[in-house]
Amino acid sequence: MEIEYYAQAILFGVVAGTLARLITLRSDYRQYPTYLHGRIIHLSLGFIAASLGALAIPALLEMEFTAVTFLTVAATQFRDVRNMERNTLTELDQFELVSRGSTYIEGIAISFEGRNYLVMFAAFLTTFAYINWGWFPSTVVGVLTIVAALSFMSGSSLRDIVEIEESDISFDGAGLYVDNIYIMNIGIEERQEEILKYGMGFILTPKNINVITTISNLGQRQAILHDVSATLGIYKDSGTPALAPLIKRDLDDGRLGVFILPLVRDADLAKKVIGSVPVLENAIKMPSEATFLKGGKK
Amino acid sequence: MIVEKAILAVITTKEEQVGGGAPIFICASNEELQLFSTNLEAIMDGIAHRLSDEVYIIVKH
Repeated sequence: MEIEYYAQAILFGVVAGTLARLITLRSDYRQYPTYLHGRIIHLSLGFIAASLGALAIPALLEMEFTAVTFLTVAATQFRDVRNMERNTLTELDQFELVSRGSTYIEGIAISFEGRNYLVMFAAFLTTFAYINWGWFPSTVVGVLTIVAALSFMSGSSLRDIVEIEESDISFDGAGLYVDNIYIMNIGIEERQEEILKYGMGFILTPKNINVITTISNLGQRQAILHDVSATLGIYKDSGTPALAPLIKRDLDDGRLGVFILPLVRDADLAKKVIGSVPVLENAIKMPSEATFLKGGKK
Repeated sequence: MIVEKAILAVITTKEEQVGGGAPIFICASNEELQLFSTNLEAIMDGIAHRLSDEVYIIVKH
């Protein structure tokens, strides 16, 4: 086939792929990737991923089978993206008042890698459609892959798996409690008054047995604390370890007692924020899927 | 072995109840106990925990 025809097919693929990256790249309340520079890095990587994906089909059609090996280069490249993100975020995490925790960081890093593969796939399919059916079907396929990429993007959030209720915080002697869940020991009365004044408590009740294991994950709990503090602010400074938001667990029924110190003291808003915390991929466990409990393989 | 938590100081009004390796501050009254604990908490970046009404410890977490 003519080289110009290929050029157009590749162009379509690259555009679809880069668009997919642009749309899946969101700097929301987390402000990560950082605006502008962080975004430029990821758009460029998205462009490279799209080019790789788009080139695969023409290479195959020209019987250049060895060219497919460059896809392995792509895989290495994107694993590096994940490493880069993990390292940067881990470094930065030390300077957060309430840290993200490594489970959250891994979740972010993994989605950066995953989205690059989605981009490659989008470019691959769009080029394929162009070569086989022409520009219009190719555009349709491009749009469809972007929609698919968007649907892959949204995992579930906490409100899907737990009931969130506001609860009183109280002191029994030096022990701080949210409902009946023990949080920590605060000795000084002055500090106790501060905590009663600024603190808020929430109880997260799991909706089923799988959720109990998922929300008991320490990384998932740290993610809740980080997101709440990032959105609602935090009454804390370095050198005041007593003012620490914490989440503890009721060992009897797996409920979580969330103790936070927000600057914006709005219970409904706080419930919304807790509800929108992403359920981290690495925290999800599915005890109900254990085949050996169901009596053999499925 | 990495020790994650350590008692940095012990503050008490009941001298006979405490002893050991950490610095011990003996106070005359409950007010002094509170004052010492607040100051030490701020200075050491630790948390003042109450073991009983007479014994406080500063713990680095």
